[in-house]
Amino acid sequence: MGRKLLLDKAHIENIRYYSTYRANGGYAAAEKVFKSMSPDQVVEEVKKSGLRGRGGAGFPTGLKWSFLAKPEGVPRYLVCNADESEPGTFKDRYLMEFLPHLLIEGLLISSFALGSNRTYIYIRGEYAWIPDILEEAIAEAKQNGWLGKNIQGSGYDLEIYVQRGAGAYICGEETALIESLEGKRGNPRIKPPFPAVKGLWQSPTVVNNVETLAAVVPIINIGGEEYAKYGIGKSTGTKLISACGNINKPGVYEIEMNISVEEFLYSDEYCGGIANGKRLKACIPGGSSVPILPANLLLKTAKGEARMMTYEGLNDGGFATGSMMGSGGFIVLDEDQCVVRHTLSLARFYHHESCGQCSPCREGTGWMKRVLNNIENGKGKMSDIDLLWDIQRKIEGNTICPLGDAAAWPVAAAIRHFRDEFEWHVLNPDECLKRNYGLAHYADPLPLAAAAV
Amino acid sequence: MIQFSEEKLNKVKEIIARYPDGKQKSALIPLLHLAQEEFGGWLSPETMDYVASLLQITPIEVYEVATFYSMFNMKPVGKYLFEVCQTGPCMLNGSDQIIDYIKSKLGIGVGETTADGLFTLKTVECLGACGYAPMMQLGKHFREHLTPEKVDAIIAECRAKAN
Repeated sequence: MGRKLLLDKAHIENIRYYSTYRANGGYAAAEKVFKSMSPDQVVEEVKKSGLRGRGGAGFPTGLKWSFLAKPEGVPRYLVCNADESEPGTFKDRYLMEFLPHLLIEGLLISSFALGSNRTYIYIRGEYAWIPDILEEAIAEAKQNGWLGKNIQGSGYDLEIYVQRGAGAYICGEETALIESLEGKRGNPRIKPPFPAVKGLWQSPTVVNNVETLAAVVPIINIGGEEYAKYGIGKSTGTKLISACGNINKPGVYEIEMNISVEEFLYSDEYCGGIANGKRLKACIPGGSSVPILPANLLLKTAKGEARMMTYEGLNDGGFATGSMMGSGGFIVLDEDQCVVRHTLSLARFYHHESCGQCSPCREGTGWMKRVLNNIENGKGKMSDIDLLWDIQRKIEGNTICPLGDAAAWPVAAAIRHFRDEFEWHVLNPDECLKRNYGLAHYADPLPLAAAAV
Repeated sequence: MIQFSEEKLNKVKEIIARYPDGKQKSALIPLLHLAQEEFGGWLSPETMDYVASLLQITPIEVYEVATFYSMFNMKPVGKYLFEVCQTGPCMLNGSDQIIDYIKSKLGIGVGETTADGLFTLKTVECLGACGYAPMMQLGKHFREHLTPEKVDAIIAECRAKAN
């Protein structure tokens, strides 16, 4: 069994409620902070832990915190990004539903470290039942002296509020989230200024993902140095992976970042292998925006080494032969899935979610969707494949926010690794409507899906 | 003239108090959710103007926000809104077949409402339930691991509630 730091108590009945959470070691980290630590010492521990943002970008959290401007007389804000909308990702939902106090405790410690007296949880609107769970936990924490005025006699005040979004993927981007929290359309801002200098209501603001903030609790409990001993190299600690697609055991798993992709995919402790005895064709290991990999490159790097479930391991080979950890949304495609159809589905998603500010993204995503729709439906031309490549190249890097890149990468990777499947659609316009291309050579020279390890 | 009940007006006050003085515009999205629930499941111009007056902002500030977010309905919808996810991970688990099944079962297309005003079918993009696919949102909650049998049961449940 892998070591756990976040979900170790998730199986305890009623852990959702304060009394059970507290009786099982909850708020011990907060207690330690108020008894013996200064805000700067908390930031120092987080720096030592090597914790990296769990929302997708993987930016070092301690470093992000240290950028926060602290002008006299100006309020500072912490905003928790619970807008979880990246296709394939449903880990924050799990944390908030089952361990709300872990998040509240993480928010309390982090808000204290950053000097925020008013902290917001911005949650995607579709998770409509979760604000009730969070607000109940907030009320319980307040009754027990962990929120409100003069917390634990420290002189520190904090209120936490839950804000629901209303259906917009783009609001997961931190400046779009801030705009939305201000009651506006979710149009990302031009940076600089960065939120650390001018964020919510033009005040210095830190925006962190749910899992990132929850991880602050074990970091304080065991110490930053100890936390950094989990995982490999710069991939310290544990990571929540939400696994879905054609696998036997979809769900949310906490992994220590020292296992291989093969173990994660095939062992019974995690995904339990490909469903229905089929073979693995491809996988998007970090949420829909990161490059798709064919089976052979997923399990082994181009150098022939086992690919590891770490930031560096998943990125090994760059975009030519690797992918990214991203948000930890692990999407598995079996041999009967069509890569063109799946790419079309993602292209439609990005077109729907483009905020429309930048023309390369607004126009390019729709254009890619239409071209892919033609290819998928037997109306494509060979030149369309090059056209798709050209469009995605012109979106990438040419937009205010990373949604443009996120829309370009899935199309680029699908063509890079599965070009023959696109060509087959063009050359076999009738057949492609009746059957899928199948596995072809993608899994070679891998053996059949072996029994679980 | 539409108006919130006394109870809802207290809720409005509580929401506005979450933000610093003068930042009441931040309450716009929470208030639009509240108004949509209260006033028939969609946002009519009258509803949006009312929300604008509560926050002392101009109507256009409400319209531009309401039209941006996919959860706000700009047209009337049926009593039960089926929002079926069609994005990649759900597609891998048969969401296309579920959408087709609902269409044939209710005799409507995507974006349409049944003649009795009970059901509206809408396709949506990823709702964050990829491991429990295929799925749809019905009101406040998710219905997951959908099969034709489950869809039948959900439709029957809604019909029973409506009667």
